[in-house]
Amino acid sequence: MEGHNGPMDEVRPLVELNRATVQLGTTLALDDVDFRMFPGEVHSLMGENGAGKSTLIKAITGVIPLQAGTLKLGGETMRFSSPHDAQRAGISTVYQEINLLPNLTVAENIRLGREPRRWGVIDGPRMRAEAKAVLDDLGLDIDPASLLGSHAVAVQQLVAIARAISVDVRVLVLDEPTSSLDLDEVGELFRVIRELKERGVAILFVSHFLDQVYEICDRITVLRDGALVGEYLPTDLLRIELVQKMLGRAAPEYASRDALESADAVEDSYLSARGVTSATGIIEANVDLAEGEVLGVAGLLGSGRTALARVLTGIDRLDAGSIRIEGKPVRLDSPRKALSLGVVYSSENRRAEGLLGDLSVLDNITLALQAQRGAFRRIKPERQRELAASWADALALKHTDLDRPVGTLSGGNQQKVMLARLLALSPRVLVLDEPTRGIDVGAKVEIQNMVSELATNGLSVVFISAELEEVLRVSDRVAILRDARIVDTVTSGTLTVESVLALVAHPASSEA
Amino acid sequence: MTTMTETTSADKPSVAQGLSAFTTRHASWLPTFAAVVILVVLLAGAQIRFGNFITPGNMSALLLDNAFLMVLAVGMTFVILTAGIDLSVGSVMAFTGILGASMLASGVPTIVVIPTMLLSGAAIGLLIGVLVQYFNVQPFIASLAGLFLGRGLAYVVSLSSIRVEDPAVLWLQGTRLRMGDWYITPTGILALVVVIVGALVLQFTRFGRTIYAVGGSESSARLMGLNVSRAKVLAYLISGLCGGLAGLILTAFSGAGYPRNGIGTELDVIAVVVIGGTLLTGGRGYVLGSLIGVFVFGVIKAIISFMGAEQSWMQIIVGALLLLFIVVQRAIVSRTSRTG
Repeated sequence: MEGHNGPMDEVRPLVELNRATVQLGTTLALDDVDFRMFPGEVHSLMGENGAGKSTLIKAITGVIPLQAGTLKLGGETMRFSSPHDAQRAGISTVYQEINLLPNLTVAENIRLGREPRRWGVIDGPRMRAEAKAVLDDLGLDIDPASLLGSHAVAVQQLVAIARAISVDVRVLVLDEPTSSLDLDEVGELFRVIRELKERGVAILFVSHFLDQVYEICDRITVLRDGALVGEYLPTDLLRIELVQKMLGRAAPEYASRDALESADAVEDSYLSARGVTSATGIIEANVDLAEGEVLGVAGLLGSGRTALARVLTGIDRLDAGSIRIEGKPVRLDSPRKALSLGVVYSSENRRAEGLLGDLSVLDNITLALQAQRGAFRRIKPERQRELAASWADALALKHTDLDRPVGTLSGGNQQKVMLARLLALSPRVLVLDEPTRGIDVGAKVEIQNMVSELATNGLSVVFISAELEEVLRVSDRVAILRDARIVDTVTSGTLTVESVLALVAHPASSEA
Repeated sequence: MTTMTETTSADKPSVAQGLSAFTTRHASWLPTFAAVVILVVLLAGAQIRFGNFITPGNMSALLLDNAFLMVLAVGMTFVILTAGIDLSVGSVMAFTGILGASMLASGVPTIVVIPTMLLSGAAIGLLIGVLVQYFNVQPFIASLAGLFLGRGLAYVVSLSSIRVEDPAVLWLQGTRLRMGDWYITPTGILALVVVIVGALVLQFTRFGRTIYAVGGSESSARLMGLNVSRAKVLAYLISGLCGGLAGLILTAFSGAGYPRNGIGTELDVIAVVVIGGTLLTGGRGYVLGSLIGVFVFGVIKAIISFMGAEQSWMQIIVGALLLLFIVVQRAIVSRTSRTG
């Protein structure tokens, strides 16, 4: 991990925000913020959701204008009126949601807007060759002529990065670039980032993964409630101090609970699955879930985590195998059927498969319950509000947020709304798929604590997460998946991150 | 260094896997391919049934009878690719046609009339484009307004048909360039040129790729720095321009301008574009596919008249085909777009 200090300060900053202020509606999203980035450095922007990180990024990348303050690039004052301006000035962004075009080819996506032309028309072969060169530079074996939409999300993200670096980029903004990447891919990305550093590119790295931030970044800027807290060197700042600065208070303690005795798990299991197989990507899985148990699910991307979850909650069809609840065999034909049996699912894709962004928080919370009761047993509006308010209290959501469209909430709060909706159904089994993805540290711990509390109160939870540390911390037992099969189910107390990694690693990728 | 590869975990090459890979790679072509298959089946079937269906004379007539539809389909393809729709094309075609006929009858020189027809079509298209892009009006509503505007203007010009006696315009339809028993008229050539230019622009120009990008994801296209507004407005302008051109072709074809032309034609145009493999949701489709769609349409029409059956069967069959194609498109699209 590199740390630069003295020499860096004599070089002029490449990006400079001075007294930047942005007002969004009634909130001051950025309040008199100073920010700077030097060429060849990886700079991390840290802060809770709502701290102003995305506003700052949008200001630098031309998406929104500054209401006060100046933006300087290489010493020159800049006024961007569109993302296009920023791109032309050499600022490229790779977003958390993949903003590419699934209906075009990989090569077209990489070169879109800058396609090589011959006699006024696009030179297809040259475009594909150029795209191949960029992909090779990143060590990616992706067919440039293939449709982007035919690739997995992780691959699409790498193409997005390829696109961003395929121009003369001076500043590269990476907004949560690693949330869909597995360890190998993250390693690859970091290799590319280091290479770009050599070329003098300034990189703004925004991520919730503290480990990654400490591994790759040279400097950290912390924002809180729209204001600048400070600029620090990772060598000078302990993780716990960083979290404190972000939260403005001591980090909430993860409340650990007494681990369940796993000895009698099989006989006491509330839900048990045998030989569960589905074409979506899970083969002969056996699962036993006791009441009040948290079963973690760990595995690489594509190992079958989500496929397992979807089959246990009635979303995907079982091609083989059986599921029993309280000893009785059940057929989970549909999510509705699963719901009626008390098995609920929280998708990893909050926005597309969970929340209705334009509807209010209140509506989102009461939705599933109302659906369950049917059209003729309407929940009275006052009762709806009572219900929503009590859940808001339980999950630390603000009452004033109840009437806001849920799409305007931060990632952490959105996840809480999802949870509230599911919990309002009084479920027996809660299957959570990546519940803390894209959520800041403080909210992550809150949700982890909630899961513990729910389990202590008798709810069975299946907790799927790519963050192995989190899975180990929250779970009583961990089911380890590899290549669509459950390799082993082990008590979490006996596991470490390294031992899980050894189990999930694909035999072929054992070389680093 | 580990590399990300796209192979599936079990490396057995089976026919099913090869087929699946093929369909994924060429997913956007499949609906158009299906249209070609249907066309071939229709032609073969008709030939077997009637014996004298596929003749140079009939095939030449097929092109010329539907030349105006081909031109309209090209414009509509641009618009539908952006996930929009243009309901005004039939009326624009009628308006420009009667406008042209009226101007010619008043002695305005042809050299002024023809550009005026094209520009008035483009103007209505531009209006619709501006409404859609800058006033955020839904394409359906904006082009519906265009439909009423076009039709109204046509009636304002004249309530009855106006014959065209201008030699230049009549030449467009009257002249036949022969090659053996095959023949083509300037209007036919014009239509083919429009198809070819449209296809080339969409595939090989930056503007064309922007159209696909807008249809794929407008927000992503904007974030990628593409000029989305200009592309969308231009798509409607092109559709209007094609409307004007179709007006010219139809007027030449029938030797008169008629304000009640093209009522309902926009629906036929949408049908042929969809049958040709362009998705209504935007982002996928080809001009050549729309051309196939026009031929499918024309062949069905010819078969029906060969059979001496009622023309109303036309609509039933086209409707059924449309439904079939949309189902097929859905199946292909849902299978080939994975989210990983």
